[in-house]
Amino acid sequence: MSVYKNLKTFPVGGIHPEDHKLSAAKAIEFLKIPDIISIPVSQHLGAPAKPIVQINDRVKVGQVIAESGGYVSTNIHASASGIVSKIDNVMDASGYKRLAITIKVEGDDWFEGIELSPDIKKEIILSKEEIIAKLQKDGIVGLGGATFPIHVKLTPPKGKIADILLINGVECEPFLTSDHRLMIEKGEEILIGTQIIMQALGVSESLVGIESNKPDAIEHLSKLAKNYNGICIVPLKVQYPQGAEKQLIEALTSRQVPIGGLPIDVGVVVQNVGTAFAVYESIQKNKPLVERVVTVTGKNVQNPSNFLVRFGVPISNLIEAAGGLPNETGKIISGGPMMGKALNTPDVPVTKGTSGILLISEAESKRGEVLNCIRCAKCVGHCPLGLEPYLLMSLVEKGFYDQAQQEQILNCCECGSCAFTCPADRPLLDYIRLGKSIINQRLREKSPK
Amino acid sequence: MNKKLVVSLSPHTYGKDSVTRIMYDVLIALVPAFLVSIYMFGFGALRVTLIAIFSSVLFEYLIQKFMLKVKPTINDGSAIITGLLLAFNVPSNLPWWMIIVGSFVAIGIAKMSFGGLGNNPFNPALVGRVFLFVSFPVAMTSWPVPIVTRFKLIDAVTSATPLSIVKEGLKNNIAASELASKLPSYADLFFGNLGGCIGEVSALALLLGGIYLIYRKVISWHIPVAMIGAVALFSGILWGLNPEKYMDPMFQILTGGVFLGAIFMATDMVTSPMTPKGMIIFGILIGLITVVIRVFGAYPEGVSFAILIMNAFVPLIDKFCKPQKYGVVKVKNG
Ligand code: SF4
Ligand code: SF4
Repeated sequence: MSVYKNLKTFPVGGIHPEDHKLSAAKAIEFLKIPDIISIPVSQHLGAPAKPIVQINDRVKVGQVIAESGGYVSTNIHASASGIVSKIDNVMDASGYKRLAITIKVEGDDWFEGIELSPDIKKEIILSKEEIIAKLQKDGIVGLGGATFPIHVKLTPPKGKIADILLINGVECEPFLTSDHRLMIEKGEEILIGTQIIMQALGVSESLVGIESNKPDAIEHLSKLAKNYNGICIVPLKVQYPQGAEKQLIEALTSRQVPIGGLPIDVGVVVQNVGTAFAVYESIQKNKPLVERVVTVTGKNVQNPSNFLVRFGVPISNLIEAAGGLPNETGKIISGGPMMGKALNTPDVPVTKGTSGILLISEAESKRGEVLNCIRCAKCVGHCPLGLEPYLLMSLVEKGFYDQAQQEQILNCCECGSCAFTCPADRPLLDYIRLGKSIINQRLREKSPK
Repeated sequence: MNKKLVVSLSPHTYGKDSVTRIMYDVLIALVPAFLVSIYMFGFGALRVTLIAIFSSVLFEYLIQKFMLKVKPTINDGSAIITGLLLAFNVPSNLPWWMIIVGSFVAIGIAKMSFGGLGNNPFNPALVGRVFLFVSFPVAMTSWPVPIVTRFKLIDAVTSATPLSIVKEGLKNNIAASELASKLPSYADLFFGNLGGCIGEVSALALLLGGIYLIYRKVISWHIPVAMIGAVALFSGILWGLNPEKYMDPMFQILTGGVFLGAIFMATDMVTSPMTPKGMIIFGILIGLITVVIRVFGAYPEGVSFAILIMNAFVPLIDKFCKPQKYGVVKVKNG
């Protein structure tokens, strides 16, 4: 099957969901900007940005329209040019109404100084500090799904030093292909972005992990990487959830992040390939983060595609462009089938965290009947973090939160492997999430702040 | 969009595993042993098996429907397995009503009174068997001679099992080497040409089923290998100490319920430990207890008792043998 031998992967647990990379061969297409877009001011982890424009202001693409609301926060830029028509709450993918800036689109005027030519600029001229400041200014966040502002990750706390940068090109979620396409079409830019991040971190080694089901991306990047010092492409075994930070770190470096710790505690910083590309555009082209690649897919989708989409474009537009909503759609998911979030309406905007839109048929949307646990231990064997999901679920059910905490329920990364594999269709992860939120709530109440 | 969308938490896709699939895999794995038993014991085996399965399923249905007032789950296949395994654990000439009593004890007491599939601490079929064994010791230990009895429904031609021949012989101070000449050859033991419970006679047929179950990932190798290995090891030690007084390890693993127990009874997921480490400890202790009962105890056979005893320790083993949690060992200071 695979041409690669002795592929690395993380050592414990994991599953093999069926692969459906329907849009893997579809080149990235630019999606037409609709007449009206709503740009949420909270598209990243941390404090929402604060709007600095007023109604009827004329804005250009790339112009800052909301300023960073704190250290863990970034700027938000206009992703289309036109007139600010509304600053009001709109429904976003979270299912809640939150503040967004609505723009009536006119033309496609970019802010001064942003370079739009496709010419590749290799030479990095900015210093470490300048790079980090610029990335914050340009609103760069982790595009792998967590949307954590990059400048925070690039500024390790005192006493902690990074010695290796990992670039996540795993894309282990079935169906999603946006990172895959980006690696094939923007390989050079991704590697330059990687070098920029290495420089900002002061590390001389970087590993790019890619699962072996993307041989074209591995081959392409390996060829390019020969010209870049310290960047090595590592093919990985296909094993979900390898794209999860902790699993990727273990697969590539055999290091384990201590419980309650961060990757930096073991000298590692992880960035996604999409982020590396955004870093390239910010530093080399002066282009803030206003768009991203989004996969639109599903077994019944007429034309599964990869679109380059401006933030704020409604998801319904993407579905339309991929051939429309199939009749038998039961679920619309933002993200992949394993960790994505079900939406209650497609009328929400694409944001920095939107990696894909997956349409699932009605038949496949329904869960099976919940049976008694038959103690088959599959959930235990497949948990990549060595947890005992059946036990955690029953502790939460009984309200034994202290015990659940002792069993490290908070370390669960919500990968869903346990629920995926349970033959009794037990809603393991639902209960684990519930337990986590109750325990976190209690911890917050207890903490002195 | 006027249609209602389903909004539920991730994951949004599920594996193909289901409880029913697991149960039917176990049934498929039991087919070779069932065929051998019919070849060896003929109608008698068929009769016992059908009565056991039918009464087990019926008891499960009646209890769920009329006593517990829940939706009967007889479709999941687990009651069929209990019936089949119970049949495998009794002689082919057992009176019909005893089989029904055994089924009732297995399903009604050992399974349903604990809350049904998944909640029973002891293997139901074994509880049924041990109950019968203790209540009707004579009927449970008169073994039809294989092949000879094939065409008769209930047969009076009975013989002792190899294990009971040995037990009696050793008690009367006959040397083990001399006893060996009175016993079936190892080939007969392996293929199943010996007196005994319906399902435990052919090690080969059971092994085939076991390989299928491991291939289908329904069971893992840990319990069978640990248990059979432990029987061989501990009986080997005794044999090494005094070959005139103790039988050799090959004899010990090929006779009685070792293969049936190791592959189908001890591996019952509901009543066995969850982690590989726990499974190995569980298997080894079952093997040890089996040898101790056989060699030093009052009964010639000890597998059922050994498994039931260890079933009781499963919660303890599970507490003791937790999986290695990610990020716990390598905590760095600072
Ligand atoms: S318990 Fe958490 S980390 Fe473990 S498999 Fe389930 S969702 Fe994944
Ligand atoms: S996978 Fe499901 S049935 Fe199996 S032990 Fe876990 S919770 Fe129980």
